[in-house]
Amino acid sequence: MTNLTDLTLAEARDGLAAKRFSAVELTKAHQQAMGSARSLNAFVADTPDQALAMAVAADERIARGEARPLEGLPIGVKDLFCTEGVQSTACSNILKGFTPRYESTVSANLWNAGAVMLGKLNCDEFAMGSSNETSAFGPVVSPWRRAGEEAGKRTQLVPGGSSGGSAAAVSARLCLAATATDTGGSIRQPAAFTGTVGIKPTYGRCSRWGIVAFASSLDQAGPITKTVRDSAMMLQAMAGPDAKDTTCADLPVPDFEAAIGRGVKGLKIGIPKEYRVPGMPAEIERLWEAGQAWLREAGAEIVEVSLPHTKYALPAYYIVAPAEASSNLARYDGVRYGLRVEGKDILDMYERTRAAGFGREVKRRVMIGTYVLSAGYYDAYYLRAQKIRTLIKRDFEKVYADGVDAILTPTTPSAAFGIGEKGSGDPVEMYLNDIFTVTVNMAGLPGISVPGGFDAKGLPLGLQLIGRPFDEETLFAAGQVIEDAAGRVALPEPWWG
Amino acid sequence: MNAPVDHKKLIKGATGDWEVVIGMEIHAQVTSKAKLFSGAATAFGAEPNAHVSLVDAAMPGMLPVINRECVRQAVRTGLGLKAQINLRSVFDRKNYFYPDLPQGYQISQYKFPIVGEGEVIVDMADGTQIQVGIERLHLEQDAGKSIHDLHPSQSFVDLNRSGVALMEIVSKPDLRSSEEAKAYVTKLRTILRYLGTCDGDMEKGNLRADVNVSVRRPGDPLGTRCEIKNVNSIRFIGQAIEHEARRQIGIIEDGGTIDQETRLFDPGKGETRSMRSKEEAHDYRYFPDPDLLPLEFTQDFVDELATHLPELPDEKKERFIAEYGLSVYDAGVLIAERESADFFERIAKGRDGKAAANWVINELFGRLNKEGLGIEDSPVSADQLGGIVDLIGEGVISGKIAKDLFEIVWSEGGDPRAIVDERGMKQVTDTGAIEKAVDEVIAANAEKVEQVKEKPSMLGWFVGQVMKSTGGKANPQAVNAMLKDKLGIE
Repeated sequence: MTNLTDLTLAEARDGLAAKRFSAVELTKAHQQAMGSARSLNAFVADTPDQALAMAVAADERIARGEARPLEGLPIGVKDLFCTEGVQSTACSNILKGFTPRYESTVSANLWNAGAVMLGKLNCDEFAMGSSNETSAFGPVVSPWRRAGEEAGKRTQLVPGGSSGGSAAAVSARLCLAATATDTGGSIRQPAAFTGTVGIKPTYGRCSRWGIVAFASSLDQAGPITKTVRDSAMMLQAMAGPDAKDTTCADLPVPDFEAAIGRGVKGLKIGIPKEYRVPGMPAEIERLWEAGQAWLREAGAEIVEVSLPHTKYALPAYYIVAPAEASSNLARYDGVRYGLRVEGKDILDMYERTRAAGFGREVKRRVMIGTYVLSAGYYDAYYLRAQKIRTLIKRDFEKVYADGVDAILTPTTPSAAFGIGEKGSGDPVEMYLNDIFTVTVNMAGLPGISVPGGFDAKGLPLGLQLIGRPFDEETLFAAGQVIEDAAGRVALPEPWWG
Repeated sequence: MNAPVDHKKLIKGATGDWEVVIGMEIHAQVTSKAKLFSGAATAFGAEPNAHVSLVDAAMPGMLPVINRECVRQAVRTGLGLKAQINLRSVFDRKNYFYPDLPQGYQISQYKFPIVGEGEVIVDMADGTQIQVGIERLHLEQDAGKSIHDLHPSQSFVDLNRSGVALMEIVSKPDLRSSEEAKAYVTKLRTILRYLGTCDGDMEKGNLRADVNVSVRRPGDPLGTRCEIKNVNSIRFIGQAIEHEARRQIGIIEDGGTIDQETRLFDPGKGETRSMRSKEEAHDYRYFPDPDLLPLEFTQDFVDELATHLPELPDEKKERFIAEYGLSVYDAGVLIAERESADFFERIAKGRDGKAAANWVINELFGRLNKEGLGIEDSPVSADQLGGIVDLIGEGVISGKIAKDLFEIVWSEGGDPRAIVDERGMKQVTDTGAIEKAVDEVIAANAEKVEQVKEKPSMLGWFVGQVMKSTGGKANPQAVNAMLKDKLGIE
């Protein structure tokens, strides 16, 4: 028998159905992998008893012939999702020890589909970051390493962020798949950095209920997986209407897995000229061209398109997202739950609690957000950013109205970087990681990152496909074409155990 | 706002006359079973924190979902205020930190409220009417309650009210005296109670007012205003305005200027005091709540609510005057509470409306007020009081006997007609019996008989004597006629 942790989600499903192994065996194999990968710091909470109980129940269901779509498949959950009876902290000190009495809709959907919960995954604090370095639990170490570095002098790389724990755990084969969230690129960028697949569905495809809010108008849940098919399976279970979230679309969820083999014949794929940013590394350029060639060879028509307001997306994003965050994080005040640092009066208590509870990046964004919403600045910042957002949305609408089915871009401007390498002096250096991904959140569109190749140092690079609203199916179809052409990524051999 | 100055309303200062300008923000708790954005109950008087959902406590990841019933109630209120209903409105976040505000923001409506401009017509005690413009009505969440007196060093928070739906009804600065302000709140409360959209219970805090007061010389532009927060009785509203206007006049007349600030009314001392200055005012950082889509509904939705609106006080008053021939005053008294108006109408239907109004206003209301009872607690039902009015109309009992009968029904209950029969309270119309009584009174008062011939106005005394001797049961008209005849008075 092959190593169970090497299986994809779909392979594991088929193996369980064929009774080649049990859900308990599958779960234990992953728990063992988790145990030997502590140095990666991917998990911030393990739920071994719960996992085994769920696996046992899954085996019984399988035996009775009542297997649900994800029956017995062990997954990890980003710590941004509230999970009943299990510590849920958004990787912030201000929520350390917080154990909700409720289960987020998305994770509940997964358990209802039979998935097994291995534990909670590390992420940037309140999902604010692009390298998983802002977590109160410390950074996640990517299982990937640069080729050619001398033993003993190897750079520890970031897995990307904010869903760094999810991406690292999947690429290190600690879980078959993971939930993640994406506000500006937090699913797609770490997927690109770790040779995994990540899809941020259309805003409103997944319920936000029970997910710790960062920027409500941009946040969306999605999966990080080993393959495009696995992503389709995961999203199938995660998505769906929810009366508890007004912004969640009241739309039926199509059969995503059925779209996988559809191909791209006759589709029109747009190449936005504005994404050819100055100073783009040649290897990113080559990756993008390869992606176009693969899609063309599979029968798609490649056309150049224009998204003229792209250059304003990142600055506008860094107004809208912090503005919403400054308000969303006001509830962490030490009054009802989470951390409280006593003070001489209520104001002093607030100040001490929030000073001790929030990390540097979160404080920075709360302050930026507070500033841009302040009297006298609102019109100049927040209102203008919202106008830009409308223009960005229109850019896409126009392209899609002209018959384009999906847009192809690189996911990130570079491969993974070393821990501590970026953003310590200038935060904008870090923010630039999301330059290709934020537009998608600003426009509320679906976007998928699929591994497309490697940089000169052997690190994975991702290609991003952006779809029409609620047309994730085309992304799965086109994503599969890229995956087939680029070849499945060989995930890194464990050096961490 | 620039209506002609009414000199009767001016306040005399040391240096001349002043005009007070008042605008009101009324916070009215929406009558609904559940809160504005959560399914938690709204019932009053529960144990602290008994009605708190995960949303109300602002647990991580919780989201608001609008309660349709609260939307309906706000639209109905807008219709009752003859106001513009906005088919699209937006919920905003009003950000500030306070322990009884779990989210760290209040969900309210800022730039795009659900209801726009409207109007309320207010009747004043002197019979005049004023028109008060409504600026807007918006929906918002109430906060919880901080309790500071249960522990020497700590405060407690009760979130039962947290998230309860409020309508904030903002008037234009159209009010010119404390009397007008009080009458406006009274009228608004009446309209809300008619609509059933707010119970208007000020003791429970279900209706409370922020009062904006400024003063100016007649004809001058508006002065700097002070806002008096959270006044919770109509009487206090009057007191707060009187005090605040005189305070401001005093400052200006002494050569000072008014600082724009928020003040609190202290009912114990009958004065207002500073709460926070303009500089200390919060920057609420309003922005559209990204957790909620804009609130949109169709004109059909509004029309449907409009067709089921109850008759409102102004319409009812007009109808009472036209249908029952009531005076403006009587009609105004009867419609002040929907229950009173309904009570009256159950009596007035098919009877003499004026007589019904007299009995309801003078006898019943008088007695209820004396006992501190509301119309819903009246021991005399509409049917019983109607029965009494019938007996008078049929000439079965006199007005005086009717009052006795009312007392009996009030304290003992029972069917008025049966009581009259059983207790022999019927009016005597038998001329033989009346004649006997008349003759006896004339015979016993020879001296007065002489006097009445000189002074016919003394006839009333004779009538009184006859009534007394018949125990009030003689028909007064018959007694009157017979006495005139026998005494030879024209």
